Amino acid sequence: MLLTSIKVLMQHGTQYIRHLDRVKLCDEFRGRPVLRSAGLTAAAGAELCGLCPTGAISFGPGLTLDMGKCLFCGECAVRFPEQVRFTNEYRLASPTREGLVVTEGQAAGEWNFDYSAVRPEIGRMFRRSLHLREVSAGGDNSCEMELGAAGNVNFDMGRYGIEFTASPRHADGVVVTGPVTANMARELESTWQAVPEPKVLIAVGVDAISGGLFADSPAVNREFFEVHKPDLYVPGNPAHPMTFITGVRALIGCRTGVPAAAEDRETGE
Amino acid sequence: MMGNNTLDRWFSCRPAAGVGRVALAEVPQLPYPAFAADMRALLGSVSGGADFSESNRCVAYFAVPDAATGGLSFYALVARDAEGDVLVAGHALDYYHEGFLESLSRDIPVLHVFEREITELYGVHFDGQPWDKPLRYSYNRHHRDDSMDTYPFYTIDSRDLHEVHVGPVHAGIIEPGAFRFLCDGERIVHLEIALGYQHRGIESLIAGTSHRLRQAVLGESIAGDTVLGHGIAMAGILESGAPEGWRGCDVIRCERAVALEMERLAVHIGDTAALCMDMAYQTGHVACEALRTLVINAMQQWCGNRFGKGLVRPFGANYRLTLERAKHIESTLTEVIGRYRTVGRDLLSTPSVLARLEGICPVTRGQALRVGAVGPSARMAGVRRDARCAFNFYPLEGFEPVVVDAEAERGNGDLLSRLKMRLREAEVSYAMIVAGCKELAGKWFEGYPAPDYSRALAGESLVFSLAEGWRGEICHAALTDGAGEVAAYKVYDPSLHNWTMLALSVRGAQISDFPVSNKSFNLSYCGHDL
Repeated sequence: MLLTSIKVLMQHGTQYIRHLDRVKLCDEFRGRPVLRSAGLTAAAGAELCGLCPTGAISFGPGLTLDMGKCLFCGECAVRFPEQVRFTNEYRLASPTREGLVVTEGQAAGEWNFDYSAVRPEIGRMFRRSLHLREVSAGGDNSCEMELGAAGNVNFDMGRYGIEFTASPRHADGVVVTGPVTANMARELESTWQAVPEPKVLIAVGVDAISGGLFADSPAVNREFFEVHKPDLYVPGNPAHPMTFITGVRALIGCRTGVPAAAEDRETGE
Repeated sequence: MMGNNTLDRWFSCRPAAGVGRVALAEVPQLPYPAFAADMRALLGSVSGGADFSESNRCVAYFAVPDAATGGLSFYALVARDAEGDVLVAGHALDYYHEGFLESLSRDIPVLHVFEREITELYGVHFDGQPWDKPLRYSYNRHHRDDSMDTYPFYTIDSRDLHEVHVGPVHAGIIEPGAFRFLCDGERIVHLEIALGYQHRGIESLIAGTSHRLRQAVLGESIAGDTVLGHGIAMAGILESGAPEGWRGCDVIRCERAVALEMERLAVHIGDTAALCMDMAYQTGHVACEALRTLVINAMQQWCGNRFGKGLVRPFGANYRLTLERAKHIESTLTEVIGRYRTVGRDLLSTPSVLARLEGICPVTRGQALRVGAVGPSARMAGVRRDARCAFNFYPLEGFEPVVVDAEAERGNGDLLSRLKMRLREAEVSYAMIVAGCKELAGKWFEGYPAPDYSRALAGESLVFSLAEGWRGEICHAALTDGAGEVAAYKVYDPSLHNWTMLALSVRGAQISDFPVSNKSFNLSYCGHDL
């Protein structure tokens, strides 16, 4: 009864991660890849490219890996440890599709978030509060669960004013997961239309960004993304809550590591 | 009865570790009347009442086009727990066949999903099918003019009843599905669930490629919350080419068992959190949420992904459960289960919680048998069905599934039974994980095979694989060609059967009970829609 409830609360303790800026994930986590083509023969390169189930890797000249297609299954790093290595760097989001392509010579800890590619009104309007409506359009429920986890007691992104809301009418933007199935295409479009301007569009997970494994499926209809360009791409399969939180914070203009006071001056508030 | 004469013609297959294969030439082809009589004998109710078999269940029934004749070939798989085998038989439909086959769904309601799928894909209707509606509006459906917008919802023309439609986009971060309630005031008379929004054509994609790794990752994507359940079922199919199936490595099989139980534990704890959230019990909600995080983070420390993606691969694996990792998992889960027990005690001793759960949204044992429920949804109503006891390899000696005996506990398959189910099953999963880690500790010196993506499947065969995912029995089936490649692939998620349980549970309940009941089942949309 009451004593048990108190015991539950005592055991629960404090769960939130105090400094989300300083989170370090375990070494096993597969985040930003590091590539090196030195010593890779043409035949081995073709084998490496053919190994990838979504064709995310290309070779010649130099290796590139498109995180918008990558399933982070890690098979390439197991078979070609000299060429591909996945680091535990979880800051992967990008405001441009090209920003997801990893090339050789990019350092592991380097996050090239292109702030100049973000529409200026996003920071102006949503820096202190961003309410999002999530639409799963063929998502396999892992991305959806990670988005739910981003707001849970551990990650608690609500502390930054970023929250998921129940109605598109209350939302400042739409988060899409899944490759957009033909059966869901119209519903996704009407949810997007129901959100008032100005609004943001965020694609989360490999399925939403490129179609992933389902890119060529006849049951998928990706017209939505041909018409509307996402403001933010959050890669992963599923995207880790930290990838999402750091990405959205960068999108609304909170540069991690920059003190809040300096930030205020910059935007003139 | 005619069935008794042909029942012994069915091919009896004893699956090894859940995987069985039958050469296509050995699948007995029966005339449809004999097939129908056998199905009735195996699955039907003897008295016409609610005494459907507990041990026998149809795990797969599908049709594929026969290129040679232009007709359809049907295959049915019936698993029997009591005998520990799976019966296989088929029948054929000629291209020039006049009229329709007689529907079996009237006598064996379990079969409605299978018959509806066949009708949807090939336009072959079954005579007397009581619920002849599209199942998931798959892209290769026969009637292309039908779409989600024209789903024929059941309606009653009445001045007293009103309809409430919810979905497909719901007020939360969940998958899409449409629910239509027929209500008498606040009381639900009938709920109809229309699914198909998540259809990605995954079966055709698996059959359309010979890239083994691509098939394996597609298997992991069938349902992102059941990565290990579906991953293991699929690995069984991909390993079927080895002589006698692949029984090569105890280390891998034991690791898979541990991973599967970790998934079950994480989801049961997460579902307890979701259930608490929907009945507004904040303490249980946040406590369980934090506990689930610990379990899935332990999974991430093992294989780099919180849901276990990347862990199950054919003929081997890339991430060994080392002594160090096993120790970390054991100590984390010991902490978790202790705290979860306390939460469980708290829930079951809080009157306001009990009042929200007791006697709400019940499903009887008879109903569960009738609609062919599997997994926890069946066991919470007192139906002993668990693929783990008959078919799978497990490190725990004398595994006994948890069954909430609804009658003895004066429950009736209500919300409380569903909660108790999760609390108890978490304990069994924990015991299995510990036993598995112990077993692995004694095998640290044994070799660890790397995945092999080059081997063919068993040629010219019907291959099937059963695994008990956290939602219940998962069945994958494949027809292979002469080269050992997949010609047709079928996936059966437990949700396919259990959605009907949700619809039955809310009859007579209030609309406000629906979200709680929905959470208590936590069924898969993408697993159903594929």
